[in-house]
Amino acid sequence: MNAVLAEIAAFFASRGLPLPLVAVVGVILAGLVFASVFVRLRRPGSDEKAAAKHAELKARIRSWWVMVAILVAALVLGRTAMIVLLAFVSYLALKEYLTIIPTRRTDRVVLLVAYLAVPIQYYWVGSAWYGMFVIFIPVYMFLILPAALVLRGETAGFLKAAGTLHWGLMIAVFAISHAAYLLAVPTPGSPEGTGAGLLVFLIIVTEFNDVAQFLSGRKFGRRKITPKVSPNKTVEGFVGGLVATTLLAALLAPVLTPIAPLPGAAIGALLAVAGFFGDIVMSAVKRDLGIKDTGTMLPGHGGILDRIDSLVFTAPLFFHVVRYFYF
Amino acid sequence: MSSAISTSSPGRLRLRLRSALRVAFFAAVVRPFLLVAIGLAVRHRERLPKAGPLIIAANHNSHLDTLALMALFPLRQLQHVHAVAAADYFLTNRFLKWFAVDLLAIIPVERTGGKGGRDPLADALEALDRGDVLIIFPEGSRGEPETRQAFKRGIGHIARRRPDVPVLPVFLRGFGRVLPKGDHLPVPFFCDVVIGEPMTGAGEGFMQRLEAAVDALARETPSPDWV
Repeated sequence: MNAVLAEIAAFFASRGLPLPLVAVVGVILAGLVFASVFVRLRRPGSDEKAAAKHAELKARIRSWWVMVAILVAALVLGRTAMIVLLAFVSYLALKEYLTIIPTRRTDRVVLLVAYLAVPIQYYWVGSAWYGMFVIFIPVYMFLILPAALVLRGETAGFLKAAGTLHWGLMIAVFAISHAAYLLAVPTPGSPEGTGAGLLVFLIIVTEFNDVAQFLSGRKFGRRKITPKVSPNKTVEGFVGGLVATTLLAALLAPVLTPIAPLPGAAIGALLAVAGFFGDIVMSAVKRDLGIKDTGTMLPGHGGILDRIDSLVFTAPLFFHVVRYFYF
Repeated sequence: MSSAISTSSPGRLRLRLRSALRVAFFAAVVRPFLLVAIGLAVRHRERLPKAGPLIIAANHNSHLDTLALMALFPLRQLQHVHAVAAADYFLTNRFLKWFAVDLLAIIPVERTGGKGGRDPLADALEALDRGDVLIIFPEGSRGEPETRQAFKRGIGHIARRRPDVPVLPVFLRGFGRVLPKGDHLPVPFFCDVVIGEPMTGAGEGFMQRLEAAVDALARETPSPDWV
């Protein structure tokens, strides 16, 4: 038995994944198995509404399986695979964003330029070129997009086109690429798998906070926190998520990252607040556009932007906290 | 072997080759393109009958419409799916003719009426009688992207002459944004295919019913402004 375990550990170690990280991923998979079995065993209510809710929950868990499976596969395959995967996530998010916002027909070529920013930005990530990574979209694309737009010659709706396009690049590409850059941030002397540990920590804490806020809101929710933007969000849900996420981060940080429990708790609280704002900012965007979901890619969740909305806010903050204090 | 087989086999061989090329084209080019560049969301896929005869009536904004509708069917059914298209557009240029007729197996129709007294709809009706699927764009041409034009009567004639064949209204959203008329560079966007309930050409007011059905499907998917 011990020999088998040692062999498994040796396999993951050869892929640059330390044992604690493998154990945490194992716990998540076990949790998903538990959720699937639990939902299967629980009988849906007799009325139509309950049955629809049950089907939606099932679809949501199935989508979680797919997302976790793809993430674990990329983790095992290594750094390049994870960067390519996150680049593809950025591409899908940008495509979804451009699909739901109004665009001008004259700007078709400019949209292709915006798409081109995805591989370029992730090239900086892959080559760990920090200077370019951190200014390419906020500075260069900020100048290139309006320059390309103005060459098209159409002035009606110019400001709106320039503003919305760059905002899309910032949320779908720039913000999400910070999650990928976590793989490159540890200094050369750090133990192997430090970058992967930081990334897994960020994703788990962010997604856990989403679920915790949702569940505690449903259990204890009373006072609406942003009645105009997102009527389902409550003070109780936010506080419940904040407490749970702070505890989880304190527990998980020493296992996955070089962060000690106490600063881990502080980072957990920061991510809970950031995730909350990412969530309601996307809600405000959807309300402005008059849509309920950003897409239909992930059954039970909605679109890809619906899923990564909190990551848009947590990834850059976590990245800079870690880079400033630890590397 | 007998001489009869040896004289007819080149034609059959060529048809086989075209069919194989079509399957390869859809498997290697069209489907990956629809998956990665577009990310097709098909609503109410269960309403799509498994077998013909069937008439699909869809709004028309882009050359991609035909490819997307054909890709709804499994690869081995492709040889039984035909888009009905204007002969005066697709038969003018040699490459376009090869692409439309040989690769996609469209059925060309003379828009100005048959030449030499031949029924212009004969090929289309024959395909339905074989149990095939026809894809028809009742707007006629692609027109202004993402806006529907009035339907032309051609589909009404076909549906009235084959009143037992189900007509499936379909609404396509987004393809006009990806590749509008007059553009050659596709820009990725998510697109929707909304499939309606089958109807038939029997009875009064078929054209109005069809237009209303497609418009109702359009309201199922949100549309951002596109100017």
